[in-house]
Amino acid sequence: MGMATESQFHVLAVDDSLIDRKLIEKLLKTSSYQVTTVDSGTKALEFLGLHEDDQSNPNTAPVFPNNHQEVEVNLIITDYCMPGMTGYDLLRKIKESSSLRNIPVVIMSSENVPSRINRCLEEGAEEFFLKPVRLSDVNRLKPHIMKTKLKDQKQENTDDDDDESGNPVLQSQEEHPQRQQQQQQHHHQHSNSNKRKALEEGLSPERTRPRYNGVTTVV
Amino acid sequence: MDGVVQLQKQLVDYSASLFDEGILDEQFNQLQQLQDESNPDFVVEVVSLFFEDSERLLNELGKALEQQTVDFKKVDAHVHQLKGSSSSIGAQRVQKLCIGFRNYCEELNTEGCLKCLQQVKHEYSLVKTKLETLFKLERQLIAAGGSIPT
Repeated sequence: MGMATESQFHVLAVDDSLIDRKLIEKLLKTSSYQVTTVDSGTKALEFLGLHEDDQSNPNTAPVFPNNHQEVEVNLIITDYCMPGMTGYDLLRKIKESSSLRNIPVVIMSSENVPSRINRCLEEGAEEFFLKPVRLSDVNRLKPHIMKTKLKDQKQENTDDDDDESGNPVLQSQEEHPQRQQQQQQHHHQHSNSNKRKALEEGLSPERTRPRYNGVTTVV
Repeated sequence: MDGVVQLQKQLVDYSASLFDEGILDEQFNQLQQLQDESNPDFVVEVVSLFFEDSERLLNELGKALEQQTVDFKKVDAHVHQLKGSSSSIGAQRVQKLCIGFRNYCEELNTEGCLKCLQQVKHEYSLVKTKLETLFKLERQLIAAGGSIPT
């Protein structure tokens, strides 16, 4: 498609604190990510091309591109406690959106509340970082991005007739429509069951253990 | 050359004292490690934001606690912000005080909150002075032709 270069992944960081935005931006840039920061969940959704009514209205003058995925985002990292739309609300909206649900989401919070962490993970967040976020945390992002990239590539390879949201197309122009559909469904189920499994196996200790000063887990 | 060595030692000792006294914690180190040639003023920039933000919040806290009917949710929100930003730059003592402060908010205890505010203001003032001194020592060292030891 020729949008983002292969070498740089684009992370969208959401935080209402200016200091934390500056910090996360630096952490991400140091790790060679392209970064966009916004100060609210609402702005994040706008940036991602998702509007309140999920329709593109030609009469409004959007600040950000109206066509979704024109700006490719490979990962979203968001603060939990924000006025208005919380990080959890944002996470839900993303996972409910057919066009955005495949983007990995990571939640950050200054508070270590197990029920909060669990709720986010169950809603589909990949990880939960305790603030202040460190370089060692940012180093854990790559696998989540790669996992999604690989999945996207596989889906692209097996079927070119998908509509952009990745839903299986009922009528196919390929030679073997049935086989294709089966592959897609298998894929969809496969990725879902993998996720469920990760949750059932128990949250990895690194995620929920509170970080102590001076001790960082090295992956 | 001697002058540079002396300045360097002064800086190292001063920096160490801030950590020893618990005024700064590991997070400040993290900030320093993030600073590089592409962004040589990173720490000063972030800390400056912290100063601005904190002064605003302390101001707001004073006003909020003066009200006839104190809006503890608002007070708590401000303290939460202050706790977050002090944690992000490694201002350990300020951060710790904010924890107690939030407890008083939960208890709807105006007296307790006012006391905490005084303490926070004091610690904030201290960390601000110390950091400004630290930055000054760094500038002096660089001006003398030295480099900041990592």
